[in-house]
Amino acid sequence: MNRFVLWLVFVLVIAHHDFWFWNSPDRYLGMPVGLVYHMGLSIITAAVWAFVCIVAWPAELDEFDQEQKVAK
Amino acid sequence: MMEILASLPMLAEMNSGQIRLGILVGYLALLLFLGVVANRFFTGTKNDFWNASHGIGPFLLLMSMFGTTMTAFALVGSTSYAYQRGIGVYALMASSSGIVHSLCFFLVGVKIYQFGRKYKYATQVQFFRDRLESDFAGLLIFPVLVVLVLPYLLLGIIAGGGTIAAMTGGAFEPGGMIPDNGGIPFWMGSLLICLVVLSYVFLGGMRGTTWANAFQTTVFMVLGIVTFYLLTMNLGGKESLMASMDSLTKNLDTEFSTRQSMPHTLYMSYMLIPLSVAMFPHLFQHWLTAKNAKAFKVPVILHPIFVMLVWAPCVLIGAWASSVSPSFEQNKVLQTLVATEVGPIMGGLLSAGILAAIMSSLDSQFLCLGTMFTNDVVTHYGGREKFSDRSQLVIARVFICLIVAVAYALAQLGASKSVFNMGIWCFSGFAGLFPIVVAALYWKRLTAAGVISGVLAMLCSWLYLFSQSNWGANKEFMIYLWRNEYPVMPVTVILLCSALATILTSLLTRPPSQQTLQKFFPDRAKS
Repeated sequence: MNRFVLWLVFVLVIAHHDFWFWNSPDRYLGMPVGLVYHMGLSIITAAVWAFVCIVAWPAELDEFDQEQKVAK
Repeated sequence: MMEILASLPMLAEMNSGQIRLGILVGYLALLLFLGVVANRFFTGTKNDFWNASHGIGPFLLLMSMFGTTMTAFALVGSTSYAYQRGIGVYALMASSSGIVHSLCFFLVGVKIYQFGRKYKYATQVQFFRDRLESDFAGLLIFPVLVVLVLPYLLLGIIAGGGTIAAMTGGAFEPGGMIPDNGGIPFWMGSLLICLVVLSYVFLGGMRGTTWANAFQTTVFMVLGIVTFYLLTMNLGGKESLMASMDSLTKNLDTEFSTRQSMPHTLYMSYMLIPLSVAMFPHLFQHWLTAKNAKAFKVPVILHPIFVMLVWAPCVLIGAWASSVSPSFEQNKVLQTLVATEVGPIMGGLLSAGILAAIMSSLDSQFLCLGTMFTNDVVTHYGGREKFSDRSQLVIARVFICLIVAVAYALAQLGASKSVFNMGIWCFSGFAGLFPIVVAALYWKRLTAAGVISGVLAMLCSWLYLFSQSNWGANKEFMIYLWRNEYPVMPVTVILLCSALATILTSLLTRPPSQQTLQKFFPDRAKS
């Protein structure tokens, strides 16, 4: 499962290197387009981590939480 | 609302410096009150003082982890650096942090929490000693962590003193110990910050720290957004926010609105710096406070959004400031803009927000240093049974006072240093320890000798490169991969040295015992 997570992170890292907006002086929403792109990337990153927490949360952690609860 | 407040008879007689000073004093008093309230919930045990009895839920965990990682570096440093370099600073440090920090929380933080709860660790050194079956490895890691936390403390103290000095300008008559701007002198402001943080940490321990972090994180995020709105409207001078933003961005030089002067390899290497969070001792301690593993989900998901909400406004303001005035003082771009562009009441509140970001890291760092010294040195060598919980807490507090005194003295010498640059060197050192913690959690073959050589390789390469940069004075210092082309940040070399030394030495030395493997890799010990 960790391998799957690392692949997703790899895709984010590639997306982070946005050579396509590197020298672009365009403006969007009152901001330089390169900055808007990276703000969007931050939102997508959060969405990716939400996806990871839903589908790839290690089952052993839930078992561990259960053990701790019982131990209390 | 602000106009009504400013027209009150008492406020009308005060000048803007005095109003901001009053707000600062009120804010600091509020923090002390929070410490007193947290103290009423303090059970008196060391577990409660160091780990808040492992009772921190998802929301407080998010706020405390975020508040701890965002410091003067995020608010003051980012604005100043964007003032010099433009909007590229966001991609360099913020969007990359969103990706890497959450990765570290997910792959390292949760796992550390699991082992910490299972085997009752309070510090990283305890974990490494156990995992590596080596006392010496722990003895080596302890001073390295303390030395690396020290510049991080300096960052906060310098930025805190600088903020108070700038924001209270005009409150007093210059002369004597009052500097020319008529504000609280740097030495006094930084001392005040240290004393307030020490007080609520001592009163409330980890619970007080976590509450203060959550409160301060809310304060600096809300006030940061309000600051952004007010500054944008004032600097842009248009009727709507969007029109003001557009007008300010239009005036930006292309060097500031693009990354045209930023080499691609240098940009890529910046992404290694946020790996440092995996080895922050103060963050390690926050991880252990979690109520359960599930509590990590919220910080993992929301951290990138929170980073965006803090960094994007700061970077934009810093970049816009470059077209407003070319002569802002280093580390004081945000404070100066706030002091000159918005009213005194809002200025005071906003400066409280800046202090909130600074103090929400300082408190955790103070606490973790005391925890480490007590657990890794005093009770480890002196014998756990010889010290009651009460005496351990006294020892921790005394050690914290000593370290803060040293950091305070050093801050007086380095008041003019660049916060951003100092942060980069400090984080590069921590990032150099990343291979060690990942290997300890995921690589069975890791040995004590591997970690010792990895730590030494990190330390030697870090010291060598730091000295080559004239101890941080050369802000443009970078390593060239080929002749004078393909520059990268020093962290690349530091990380590489540490990883290679760790892997090669581990492969050449005897693997850990089956018993240890069973303890840390129960499912994979025999594979």
